[in-house]
Amino acid sequence: MIHQDRVKRKNISWYFLAAVVFVYIVVACINFSLFSTSIALFSKLIVSIIPIFIIICILMTITHYFITPDFITKHFAESGIRKWIFIIIGGILSTGPIYMWYPLLADLRKKGVQYGYIATFLYSRAIKIPLLPVILFYFNAKYVVILTAVMIGISVMQGIAINRILQFKQ
Amino acid sequence: MRTLRRSATKTVLSFSKIIPLIVGMILLISLISNMIPKSLYATIFRKNLFLDSLIGSAIGSISTGPPITSYIIGGELLKEGVSLIAVTAFMVAWVTVGIIQFPFESIILGMKFAIIRNATSFVFSIVVAIITVLLFNYG
Repeated sequence: MIHQDRVKRKNISWYFLAAVVFVYIVVACINFSLFSTSIALFSKLIVSIIPIFIIICILMTITHYFITPDFITKHFAESGIRKWIFIIIGGILSTGPIYMWYPLLADLRKKGVQYGYIATFLYSRAIKIPLLPVILFYFNAKYVVILTAVMIGISVMQGIAINRILQFKQ
Repeated sequence: MRTLRRSATKTVLSFSKIIPLIVGMILLISLISNMIPKSLYATIFRKNLFLDSLIGSAIGSISTGPPITSYIIGGELLKEGVSLIAVTAFMVAWVTVGIIQFPFESIILGMKFAIIRNATSFVFSIVVAIITVLLFNYG
C-alpha cells in the first residue's frame, strides 16, 4: 500500500508538471507577451533557488545518515521531560514522507505509547532543518527563530491536549 | 562509507520525486504573478489579524506537497503584498494539517486520533501565526 502510494505520488508530480507545461503552451498561443514575461520570472526564480537546493541536498544526506527508525523507537522509551525533548528532536530530524512513519507510529501505539506523544512527533516533523536555507532565503533569521520556537511549544501543547481529549473520551 | 552512500542515494531519490513538483509550482507562480493584479490579494487579505490567519490556514490545509513548496509559495505571496500572518498560517497549516493523507492516517492510527489531530493542527496553525507575528513585530 505504501509502495503504491509512493508510485502514485511520483506520477502525480510528473502529471502536474505536464499540466503546467500544457497551460504554458496554451498561454504562448493566446498571449505571447504574458508567456515570455512568465518564463523570464521563472528563470530568475530558478537561478536564485539552485544554490539553496545544493545546501539542502547536503543537509538531507547528513540527516538520512544519522536519523533512523531505530533511533526514534529507542528514544520513545525515555520518560518525563527527556521523553518530550527526544520526541521533538526525533520529529524535527526525521526525514522522508509522513506516510512512511505511520506504520512505525502505529506499532509504538500498540506498545503503549500515548497518542499525545505521537501527535507531538508528527507536529515536530513540520520543522525541517535541511529546509532552513529556503525559509531563510524568503524570510529573515529573527522570523525563523520565533516561528521554530513557537512551533516547538505548540507541538507539546498539542500532545498534552490530545492526551487529555482522548482520556476524557475514554 | 556504504551507509553514507545509501544516505546520498536516498536524498537523490527524494529529490527526484519532488523536482517536477517544484519546477511546476515555480512555473505556475511565475504565470499567476504576471496574471493576477496585486490589488486582488489586498481584497482577499484585509490585514485583519484573525481573518487573514483563518483564510491562510484554510488554504494551507487543503493544499498538499513537500514543505519546500509551501515556503516558496509563501515567500512569493509575501512579495506580492500578502500579510505575514496569512503567509505564516498558510505555511504552518500546509505542513501540519494533512487532509490528503487523512484516509491513510485514519486507517493506520485510528479515525478518532486522525480527526482530533488534524482539527487541533488547524486551530493551532492560526494560534502559531498570531503569536509568531506578534512576537516578530513587538518582540
